[in-house]
Parts: sequence; structure tokens; C-alpha cells
Amino acid sequence: MRLYAVVAAGGFRRYATYRVATFAGIFANTVFGFILAYTYIALWDERPGLGGYDQAQALTYVWLGQALLMTCAMLGGSFQDELIERIRTGDIAVDLYRPADLQLWWLAGDLGRAAFHLLGRGIVPMVLGALAFDLALPSNPLVWSAFLLSVLLAVVVSFAIRYLVALSAFWLMDGAGVGQMAMLTGMFFSGQLLPLTLFPGALGTVAQALPWSSMLQIPVDVLLGKHTGWGLVQAYGFQAGWAVALLALGRALQGVATRRVVVQGG
Amino acid sequence: MAGERWAPRESWRVRLGSGLRAYGLIVAMWVRSTMAYRASFAMTTIGTFTACALDFVAILLMFSHVDSLGGYALPEVAFLYGTSSTAFGLADLLIGSMDRLGRRVRDGTLDSLLVRPVPILAQVAADRFAPRRLGRILQGALVLGFALVALDIDWTLVRVLMVPVMIVSGTAIFAAVFVAGAAFQFWAQDAAEVQNAFTYGGTTLLQYPPSLFAKDLVRGVTFVVPLAFVNWFPALYVLGREVPLGLPEVVVFLPPVVAGVCCAAAGAAWRVGLRSYRSTGS
Repeated sequence: MRLYAVVAAGGFRRYATYRVATFAGIFANTVFGFILAYTYIALWDERPGLGGYDQAQALTYVWLGQALLMTCAMLGGSFQDELIERIRTGDIAVDLYRPADLQLWWLAGDLGRAAFHLLGRGIVPMVLGALAFDLALPSNPLVWSAFLLSVLLAVVVSFAIRYLVALSAFWLMDGAGVGQMAMLTGMFFSGQLLPLTLFPGALGTVAQALPWSSMLQIPVDVLLGKHTGWGLVQAYGFQAGWAVALLALGRALQGVATRRVVVQGG
Repeated sequence: MAGERWAPRESWRVRLGSGLRAYGLIVAMWVRSTMAYRASFAMTTIGTFTACALDFVAILLMFSHVDSLGGYALPEVAFLYGTSSTAFGLADLLIGSMDRLGRRVRDGTLDSLLVRPVPILAQVAADRFAPRRLGRILQGALVLGFALVALDIDWTLVRVLMVPVMIVSGTAIFAAVFVAGAAFQFWAQDAAEVQNAFTYGGTTLLQYPPSLFAKDLVRGVTFVVPLAFVNWFPALYVLGREVPLGLPEVVVFLPPVVAGVCCAAAGAAWRVGLRSYRSTGS
């Protein structure tokens, strides 16, 4: 357990090193937050209460989307690219010798990364958004802790998906195509482009049942107080269910992959 | 610039010619290397197309709930979207790899470009030229095509001419932003996302009507980073709408002028940036 805590701390420190990049990222998230916020205002001016949100809630949705974009790695990347590179070059063989569980090792590092991105790139855009617009932020600290637990589950689901994407490199040698597909589905079905509650009919139902809704739609709804009591337990259950299922799938796939691993040039 | 030291009396015409020639050669090399894996090229192009198309799907989903956004109907928003996206896509295809400059400065690989007798800007601009970016242009052009069919406009010769003029000047303005952003990376090596905010953020902004945004934001993209000339002002003329901020009507015809000024300013920023470059020493 101590080992994984150290790996997580390393993941945090590693991203904390890039200070200029963090500031640049905060700037980008804030700019996009402003653009989206104005489009949402126009949309909710036309249709108040659209998708079950009032305007303040819709704007909160926008800024949380920016705050969680990097935390939940909705564009993919981070450890995924690195793992693909290690599989491609054959360095993965070294990882398999280590007295640590491969999946847990990468998960720990990714949790550290997510923690840094939540603090480094999440809080400042959120504060700037709250200063510029009327947001529906809860004052109850319990709601905030419920939100943070939901974000934790969101990161695990995001990790589990990216782990599967990375493992595909064992078969394809190049994870770029799968990574791109994963990014597309992630952006669209997490609710980053538009809240999933605005998706019409069957598309909306399917979108809300897919694992990506764990990454933005559910954490936002938890913060907005849409899930309370038994509903909150159900929301957690949905996220945890997908996390466990996808992690188990990743583990099974990893087992198959390592049995047939051929180390390049080894 | 290294080239200047060797041949200070070369005229700008010669340098431009050799720069373009070098650019063409490097681009041809990357195109050949991309075409070595045709299936991969096809898939990534379709992927880029789909990624951009999803942006427009989000707008379509918005319009499934409302008839107008900021007083603009769907074909009008599609016109703004198509012009902005096509211009940005062209700039992205031509010199979209400029945002890698920060990484090159950081890891010292820029040095290998400096020792070649070819203008650095041409080398950086053509570096990793990615033909898959045609996907973005194609998507923008399709939306623009849809808009042109769906719009109910009294087409005059000037209005018709305005469309290609705004695509070309828009491409030049976005290209200038790419170059200026890259010049900024000489100092702030890790700040590629600042550049993204102006390029990707800029094109997202221009996809929506100016009436949505706060006046100060519109002023900012008019007088500070003149993105409003990419499509907003000329598009408002084509759509027969009033120019915002109480600006004179003549601004709708300024995009080519603004594009020229932007490119000159970006070129100057690039030269200053390049002169300040110190290698990593590693």
C-alpha cells in the first residue's frame, strides 16, 4: 500500500513541476469557460429550465466541465500515451518484472496526476467563473465532500477506460487510432459538449447509461444537489459499478496480453 | 536569423522564394511519409472530421431546443461556423505544427533547424505536416455549403466575393496568430495552451454570433487580437446585419488589410523571438 502512495505522490509532483504549463492551462480553461458560458446564457435565455437546470446551474455546469476536463483526462493522454509507448518499445517487459501490480501502479500514478490537476487547473478557473457569473455553488460542506467522492470515482472510471485504450496497443502496436476514438466518445458522451440531459430521446437515455456519464454529468449533478439520499447512493453505485467492471475487463485483457507478449528486439 | 548572417544582401524576394521552396519540400516529405500508411491516414482523417463534426452536432442539439441563439437562426450560425472552421482548418493544415516550437526550445532540438541553410520559420511551419487536418477543412466546408444553401440571402456580386475573401484573409489572420503564439514560446516554452486558447478558443468563439458575448470581449477580439475580422464583420455584411460596437460600415471590407498587418506584426514578433533564443546547452 505504501508503495502505491509513493507512486501517487510521484504522479502529483511530476505534474506540479510544470508551472508555466499549469498557468497556460488555467488561461486556456478560463477562455473556453467564458465562451461556453456566454453560449449557455443565450441558450437558457431562450429556454429557461432547459434540461432541468436553471441558468445559474447551467453556468456551474460549464465551469465544472472546465475544472474536470484535465482532472478526468477527458481528452485522453497522460499515462495512456506513456503506457502505449512502453508497450510499443517493449519496455513493458521491465514493468512486468517489477514486484508491483501493473494496473494498480498506473492507477496510483494517475490518481496523483488527477489530484494535481484538480487543484492546479480546477480551482482557479472555477473561482474566476464564480466571480464573473452567478453560479449555483452549494454552501453545505457535506455536498462538497459528496462531490469530491464522485470526482474520485470519475477519475477511476476515466483511468479504467484509458487503461483499456492503452492495452489495445498490444494488438495494434499503435494506439493512436483507438486513442482518437476514445477521445471523441469521451468528449461527447461525458457531457463536455452539452449536458446529457439535453440529448433527445433514446440518444439521451443511452448517453446517460454509458460509463462516460460518470466523468462529468454525475459529479456535476452531485454538486448541484440533484442526487441526495438514496439517489446519491445509486449515483455512486453507477460510477463504482462501471469502475469495477472496466477495471476487471482491463485486468482480464492484461492477462491475455502478457501471456502473448513478444518483446521487440529482445 | 542564421540565413541573414551568411547572405545579408539577399533581397526579401529571394528569401521568401527559398522559404516557400523549403516549406514545399518538407511538406512533400511529410505527405510521402503519411501516405506510406494509407489506412492510418484515412482513419485519422475521418477521426479529425468526426471530432470537428461533433462540435457542430452540439450546435444542432442546441437548435433542437431553440429556434434562435442570440437572435441568429441555424443557417446563420452555420454560416459563421463554416467560415470560421474552414479558415482555421486551412491555417491549421498549413502551419498548425507551430505549437510544437515550445517543446523544441525546451529539449534543444531547435538547434538542428538553426544549422540548416533554410529559413527557420519555413522549417518549423512544415514540421510534422499532418494531411489528416484535411478532415477539419472538409467538415468546415460542408457546414459552409449547408449554410449557403439554407440561407435566404439577396446575393450581390460583392456578397458573393466576400465569402472567398473572408476565407483567405481569415486563414492569414489565424496563421499570424499561430506564428505570434510560436514567437511567444521562445520565452514561455511551456505555454502551448496559451496559444491554443487563441487558436482553438478563437475559432470556437467565432462560430457563435457576436450578439452572444459581452461588449468587452467583442472589443478585445476587434482591437487587441483582431479575430473578429476572420468572419464576424464580413459575415455580418453578407447576412445583412448591423456591425456591433457602433463601428463604421467600412470595417466589413477590412479583413484583407487586417490580415496583412497581422502577418507583418507576427513576422516581426517571430524575428524578435528567434533572436532572443538561447539553446538549452544540453
